Amino acid sequence: MSRHVVARTSDIASGGNKVVTINSREIVVFHVNGRFFALLNRCPHEGAPLHKAACVAHLSAPEPGAFTRTRVGEMLRCPWHGWEFDMATGQSYFDPKGTKVRSYPVAVAEGRELAKGPYVAETFPVTVEDSYVIVEA
Amino acid sequence: MNDAVLEKTGSETIAPAGARLKVIDCDIHPSLPNRNAILPFLSKRWQEHFLAYGDHLRTPFLGTTPYPRSSPLIARRDAWPPTGGNPGSDLDFMRLQHLDANGIEFGILQVLDLFLFSQQNLEFGAAIQRAINEWQLECWSKPEPRLKASILVGQDDVPSAIAEIERCAKVGGYVQINVCPRANEPLGRRRYWPIYERAQELDLPLGIHVGGYGGHAPTASGHPSYYNEEHHSNAHSMASQLTSFVIEGVPERFPRLKFVFIEGGYGWVPATTWRMDQHFERFRSEVPHLKRKPSEYVRQNFWFTTQPSEEPDNAGHLRALIEWIGVDRLLFSSDYPHWDFDDPRFAIRTPLTDSERTKIFNDNARRVYKL
Repeated sequence: MSRHVVARTSDIASGGNKVVTINSREIVVFHVNGRFFALLNRCPHEGAPLHKAACVAHLSAPEPGAFTRTRVGEMLRCPWHGWEFDMATGQSYFDPKGTKVRSYPVAVAEGRELAKGPYVAETFPVTVEDSYVIVEA
Repeated sequence: MNDAVLEKTGSETIAPAGARLKVIDCDIHPSLPNRNAILPFLSKRWQEHFLAYGDHLRTPFLGTTPYPRSSPLIARRDAWPPTGGNPGSDLDFMRLQHLDANGIEFGILQVLDLFLFSQQNLEFGAAIQRAINEWQLECWSKPEPRLKASILVGQDDVPSAIAEIERCAKVGGYVQINVCPRANEPLGRRRYWPIYERAQELDLPLGIHVGGYGGHAPTASGHPSYYNEEHHSNAHSMASQLTSFVIEGVPERFPRLKFVFIEGGYGWVPATTWRMDQHFERFRSEVPHLKRKPSEYVRQNFWFTTQPSEEPDNAGHLRALIEWIGVDRLLFSSDYPHWDFDDPRFAIRTPLTDSERTKIFNDNARRVYKL
């Protein structure tokens, strides 16, 4: 694993995402509720591109007719067959032990920290005024 | 869940399907970019009717289905063409996203737009049927010879259906005749037999694609509450049509007619066939027109497209299912661009030999459709 500077924090709007290629792997970085999440951009079922997924709430029903919505925007619903995954961990809702999307650690760092190294930008020129999204992959 | 397959899906770079296997996809949905795109294929009289009254669909809403899906227009969320228009309406984008990317050697078109099978105004139904059939050739098969058109006919108006079959046969370029599994009556009824007789004479398979709103509840027990429930009717309406064809004696009367069941999956086929055989042993005298066991007709005259492929937890169970039906009877289909699309690289998640894979993904369809 090495660290890769993939975007300015301001490049990915809240609720949006950005696809980056690291070591010939497509990784999608989501920005939701002030946090960033990085996942392999491919559903483990049949390979659908997850950057087209619907970002939905975790919806549960303690009993028929009642419901609660939590983690709004942090569940992915696959663009093909609708399998749901937790954006933070890549775990699937229906088979949390057996099926998951590979997820990667994400950090946000200020440009002035990055400019000091050792994490010199690999995919992005870094200026000290901005903050950056860093994916470990 | 098959761990080996999941591992492959989830790791490293994936090769395009065409690199491994040439695929014949028996279920591709082209669509009109917008409703009015059908106008050039209608006469002035029916253009005016279409603009003034619209088409008839026995559902409460226009522009959606009575059981709305979680994805707009039933489509994959990544299938909306960048040029605008509905999923499945842009040939270049279809080539890029599916035909080229997935190594599709031939694709059989299945049109659901302006559902002609539901039209109760028979003259308008005949006009729509002709328009849809011409549109398939002009906008799809001619510019993209990999895509093969189907002759859609509304079976409840048999004379118009026959006239349209004759017209299309003269034009050429069509590979099957499609009727609807959920129109007015079970498809084995004798009133529909002139269509089957002509199909056999022309050696065109009879395609039966799931769906349709013929005015009946989607399940035999009435209207369910959820799409989750309603979606099962794809399978059991197909099972009831298989029973209807076989028990009413259609393959007995037309032994060279080929039936292709499209988008119903195939998990239900063995149980339905076993049950037909069991009943036949006990009540044969009720249907003396049948000369052979129902399973013999199924194995000789019927083929089933694979999507949505069954996904049992144990991959070995899927293998057994395929063996029960017969590896010669399954035709790969993707359902592009719909949400329940099957990717030819990852669907049918059980070990198959190269020869079995080639049959399901190519050879069986090549023989059925004479490609």
